[in-house]
Amino acid sequence: MSSTGAGYDLSATTFSPDGKIFQVEYATKAVENSGTAMGVRCKDGVLLAVEKLLISKMLVAGSNRRVHGVSKHVGMAVAGLSADARQIVYRGRDEVAGYIENYGSQMPPSMLADRLAQYVHYFTLHGSLRPFGASVLVAGYDVELKKHELYVVEPSGVMYRYFGAAVGKGRQAAKTEMEKLKFDDMTCKEAMKQVCKILHVLHDEAKDKPFELEMSWVCEESGWKYQAVPQAQVKEAEEWAKESIESDEMDDDED
Amino acid sequence: MLCHSAAGPARGAGHATAAMDGTRQHTSQPIVTGTSVLGIKYKDGVMLAADTLASYGSLARYKNVERLKPVGECTLIGASGEYSDFQHIMETLEDYHQYDVNMDDGFERSPAEIYNLLRTIMYNRRNKFNPLWNYLLIAGCKKDGTAFLGSVDHIGTCYEDNILATGFGGHLALPILRKKWRPDLEEGEARALLEDCMRVLFYRDCRALNRIQIAKATAEGTVVSDAYKVDTEWSLASFSQPKAGQDTDGSW
Repeated sequence: MSSTGAGYDLSATTFSPDGKIFQVEYATKAVENSGTAMGVRCKDGVLLAVEKLLISKMLVAGSNRRVHGVSKHVGMAVAGLSADARQIVYRGRDEVAGYIENYGSQMPPSMLADRLAQYVHYFTLHGSLRPFGASVLVAGYDVELKKHELYVVEPSGVMYRYFGAAVGKGRQAAKTEMEKLKFDDMTCKEAMKQVCKILHVLHDEAKDKPFELEMSWVCEESGWKYQAVPQAQVKEAEEWAKESIESDEMDDDED
Repeated sequence: MLCHSAAGPARGAGHATAAMDGTRQHTSQPIVTGTSVLGIKYKDGVMLAADTLASYGSLARYKNVERLKPVGECTLIGASGEYSDFQHIMETLEDYHQYDVNMDDGFERSPAEIYNLLRTIMYNRRNKFNPLWNYLLIAGCKKDGTAFLGSVDHIGTCYEDNILATGFGGHLALPILRKKWRPDLEEGEARALLEDCMRVLFYRDCRALNRIQIAKATAEGTVVSDAYKVDTEWSLASFSQPKAGQDTDGSW
């Protein structure tokens, strides 16, 4: 690795001659090594799903969460270094609490995503700081506008609004699969099955570590509150996904 | 408020105001106040009652404020005393509640825990000689049906009982409640009993209103009623002839 950056990668304050900031790119690499996280904006809400890779068989089930509640109407799914991600989640909670204290109403998700992007960006500006090796998907309901939205904040400090987004190891394949589907016409419940299927298809059981599926949503059914998808429904969706994959394989065999 | 990251919520402590000469001034009296809150346990849980008036001294200033509020799924708070302090307390409790919800581990603070938390908050503020000027009732019911009813005042005194009343209610409603209360009151009986007490309070407490709310906490959760008027009967002899036939100074 000694020559790859040619000295331009020692600090986030230094541009390379072709205009890159290597430290930020390495941070992005850290995200790319993580288990896939997906977010889709459906007609009746936003769904977040995470392929949480289990580093050990001895882990307590449900530990090392990667979907987090931030406020009544906002939640996040994270990818990358989970300790870095936790910092962003906590910052999000503080921003939201501060907004409620000052203005007496819920913070719009658009503003939260923007504030988080500013926060993350700050860490790309100083020689004494290291960029966050994490991306976050922000799913939220704007109480004022009555709209549900999905944002992604990246290590570079940019923020985009999406109809469907994927970060982490399987992002490319996940995006390809998502583009084939019309999530905007689907309910969260329907989308849940499809998202489950995509995550299971992407997961290579021979090569990858086993994983837990974490899902959460902000939708009409939950009264536009952010909450974890009830475990029974996750299980149902997973079973459907596995069956569907199996029957797809059978069809392939027949051809 | 960027302060409750890892250590838990900590809302600004409402510091005393510094005067020009360097001395500090603390809250020494409430300004906008609510009067009595009543609470009783009954067969299915616990019930609170309060009117919807916030007085400005003797002026009936705001006639449509809620003094009974839910916290989380299973707890109710009823407040008499300074209304702004009550709002501050509710914001603090909301913070704690959201913190618990964010943890997403299925835990929710029980009514007894909220009661204890409020006790520490009130006592801590009184030790700074800057109390939150409220007398609070905390009521709640756990999923298994065990009811809780406790009170905390502005100096941190706290106790639990089957029947509780704050302010004038302690003088006017508690005697009635002591006489009529049974642990196996049906919901309708409990409601009627509280309405009777609220009516008496409206007759005799000059800071009370005939527009009330009743809230209940049962194993199924909490419900706060819409505000409604209690019937009054002003043709009673003691009202139409206030001096009971005597031509002397006196009261009802």
